[in-house]
Amino acid sequence: MSDLEAFRAETRAWLEANCPPEMREPVRDEEDVYWGGRNASFKSDAQKAWFEACLAKGYTVPAWPKEYGGAGLTPAEAKVLREEMTRINARSPLSSFGIWMLGPALLHFGTEGQKQRFLNEIARGEIRWCQGYSEPGSGSDLVSLQTFGEDRGDSWVVNGQKIWTSYADKADWIFCLVRTDKANKYQGITFMLFDMASEGVSTKPILLISGSSPFCETFFDDVKVPKSYGEDCPAQVGEINRGWDVAKYLLGHEREMISGAGGGDRTATIGAVLKRMVGEIDPVLRAELAMFDVDALAYTAMGEKFLDEIKVGKAHPAQPNMMKYAGTELNKRRHELMMAAGGSRALEWDSAETRGGQVARGWLRTKGNSIEGGTSEVMLNVISKRILDLPGA
Amino acid sequence: MPLYHTEDQAMLAETASQFIADEGAIAKQLRHLRDTECKDGFGTALWKQFAEMGFTGILVGEEDGGMGMGHVEAGIVLEEIGRNLTPSPFLTSAVVAATALGGASAELRGRYLPGLLSGDSVFAVAIDEGLKHRPERIACRAEKAGNGFRLSGNKDFVIHGASADMLVVAARTSGADDDREGITLFAVPRDAAGMSHDAVRLVDSSVATHTRFDGVELDGDAVIGEVDGGREVLNRMLMAGRVGAAAEGVGVARGAMDMTVDYLRQRKQFGKLIGEFQALQHRAAHLYSEVEIARAVVIKTQQLLDEGSEKADLMSSVAKAKVARAAGLSVREAVQMHGGIGMTDEYDVGLYMKRDRALQEFMGDAWYHAGRVAELSGY
Ligand SMILES: Cc1cc2nc3c(=O)[nH]c(=O)nc-3n(C[C@H](O)[C@H](O)[C@H](O)COP(=O)(O)OP(=O)(O)OC[C@H]3O[C@@H](n4cnc5c(N)ncnc54)[C@H](O)[C@@H]3O)c2cc1C
Ligand SMILES: Cc1cc2nc3c(=O)[nH]c(=O)nc-3n(C[C@H](O)[C@H](O)[C@H](O)COP(=O)(O)OP(=O)(O)OC[C@H]3O[C@@H](n4cnc5c(N)ncnc54)[C@H](O)[C@@H]3O)c2cc1C
Repeated sequence: MSDLEAFRAETRAWLEANCPPEMREPVRDEEDVYWGGRNASFKSDAQKAWFEACLAKGYTVPAWPKEYGGAGLTPAEAKVLREEMTRINARSPLSSFGIWMLGPALLHFGTEGQKQRFLNEIARGEIRWCQGYSEPGSGSDLVSLQTFGEDRGDSWVVNGQKIWTSYADKADWIFCLVRTDKANKYQGITFMLFDMASEGVSTKPILLISGSSPFCETFFDDVKVPKSYGEDCPAQVGEINRGWDVAKYLLGHEREMISGAGGGDRTATIGAVLKRMVGEIDPVLRAELAMFDVDALAYTAMGEKFLDEIKVGKAHPAQPNMMKYAGTELNKRRHELMMAAGGSRALEWDSAETRGGQVARGWLRTKGNSIEGGTSEVMLNVISKRILDLPGA
Repeated sequence: MPLYHTEDQAMLAETASQFIADEGAIAKQLRHLRDTECKDGFGTALWKQFAEMGFTGILVGEEDGGMGMGHVEAGIVLEEIGRNLTPSPFLTSAVVAATALGGASAELRGRYLPGLLSGDSVFAVAIDEGLKHRPERIACRAEKAGNGFRLSGNKDFVIHGASADMLVVAARTSGADDDREGITLFAVPRDAAGMSHDAVRLVDSSVATHTRFDGVELDGDAVIGEVDGGREVLNRMLMAGRVGAAAEGVGVARGAMDMTVDYLRQRKQFGKLIGEFQALQHRAAHLYSEVEIARAVVIKTQQLLDEGSEKADLMSSVAKAKVARAAGLSVREAVQMHGGIGMTDEYDVGLYMKRDRALQEFMGDAWYHAGRVAELSGY
């Protein structure tokens, strides 16, 4: 038996012993997701047991090095773990912007002191992060951002406004793009980390079309950010005024995450699921479902290929943009078809049968997939320019 | 297995890409054969060279003198064939018929495989009956006669049928036309009495036949695999053919896309390179994304087939359907974005459109395979 096969057998046994049956049920709503953070509480004993088992094993962040709270798995081992978790439908033990976005940026750009502190906090689910990028006047054209940090020697004083900050009202800390040089567009932005409990930070939830308010307007009113959090632990990631590099690197990971790559070896087609749910399916709709399933199964293979290639540096550096574009457009189509198959039942907004309108709310939420993290149109621009090398793009 | 080529496969890809770009180029092969009205629709000299390169033996077992490689390797050659629109009996002979022979007796393998390995023989496969690929239904009949069989019926869309030294024919030896069981595969030699071909040139300049079997007498040893139990080998042939056609389709899609993107970087209108227009950029970027996904599902399916995974059946239909959609998009966008010049015979983009059209039909189109995905998934 090869090492990898041995690892698979071991992982399978470990999951069998440690992943409670409730944690193998599909995630139905936000409540089922454990985000960690200072104010976190577990929804159930099963959620707690699963999180703690993973934490002890380094499986909240399996591919991170052990000294930062991970399990130090090789790419091939991480793939096996992912496959085995998907096989039993295991939920993710801990979800967080720290894991998907800030973590990878710190692993790449952080100082040793930053990694020791922040990565371990993320791995243990102690600190919940939010992302302060977009501003009212700077969405797709992010580099035009205006939030300003004035240099006061050993600290900055930050003033300005962010918008669409997901979970800002629930987050403990923020990674935030702050202009620190007004004369220099690209090389005048600093990637700062600070506590959302700092004086002068306030948030105001925004109600979405789905009826929930996961994101906020975030205001900074003379927020004092110390330049250092201790030895080898500056408040900024990367160099001062060079935060744009960090921001772009992080966006690559964000796009990868939103793309749904690594969804695993899903073979349950949406047509089969909907047929079980609603019984009769109109033949013309069935044809659409079948074409969708072709695209979805092919995209799953693309996700696997993309992750395999990215690990060994074979993927085009701009490929996450393609993944994000294709993955989010596909997800929107999936939810359109779920609404179509669900008929009038899918329209119900707060009935018990729909668990409070989950179908309709989920459908509306997916519309944001091709906007958040860079819009589909911006993804296509990047593909044209960086992959196809088209002129003037 | 990670979803990229191993070192050996990457080397093969480099060799195949060089060789086929040189020897199989559009001007040298497709246009030349077409304009000289070659009756085979492919070049026998190039087929010999394929054999010398070892390509024809990729899917032949080492015990039979072949390379004993898999569908990933066969797909590497096919993608280059697609990219260069190289007319070749590779897919029917070295992929589909070779898969059938893999399930044949030592006697039959000994009779036919040496010719494939040397490039002296070409094989065809006779499966379709009627206008569309519907292999669930086989009406062509072989009745027991003495020690052998007597074959009667019609087959359509037999690529290279008239040029082939041997045809693998799927016939019914028992049961009703729609039965799953009762199929037997036969290796029918070219000189079999009672077999006649009506050869037709297709839109892509390849040549296919409507083939008629009029009481063709066959020995018992012409049977490939089990009498009445041919469905299993037939399914393997279909999977190989579908994934193979998909790999070739990826080559067609990429070839057309590359030409188009190049053209967008050169052609000027309104004082600008047309590649500067966002309307075209976004369509090109969308096309890129579809073609990448098609490539991914093809290599995934090739690997599943090589591993003998039971998922290969479903995924071969996914691959065929996905490639059909992506390649169709690629050739349509290619002609459109070339403007008037895309409509000319002189320019190659139109040839990509024609080849894609023929590949769409071969081994089942996107609608057929999407329908199969639905059925196999239980809806
Ligand atoms: C659900 C959700 C969660 C989010 N979470 C966060 C978060 O946590 N933190 C954060 O900082 N931000 C977040 N965002 C904000 C998100 O990043 C921005 O919405 C996004 O970057 C687009 O910016 P905008 O909304 O200002 O749209 P605009 O940039 O004004 O775009 C409007 C339209 O114009 C198109 N467009 C713009 N420029 C071009 C161009 N050059 N070519 C072609 N078309 C163009 C766009 O594609 C879009 O269709 C979130 C957004 C959503 C929907
Ligand atoms: C069958 C046929 C018959 C014809 N008959 C005649 C005839 O009798 N007399 C005659 O004078 N002409 C004729 N034409 C020529 C025809 O009018 C031109 O082909 C057409 O105007 C396009 O020009 P083009 O071929 O130079 O393509 P281009 O203008 O080079 O276009 C190439 C591609 O770029 C796109 N493109 C160009 N500009 C833009 C832009 N600003 N924004 C976005 N996309 C752009 C085009 O849509 C096209 O996809 C004929 C063409 C055909 C195909």
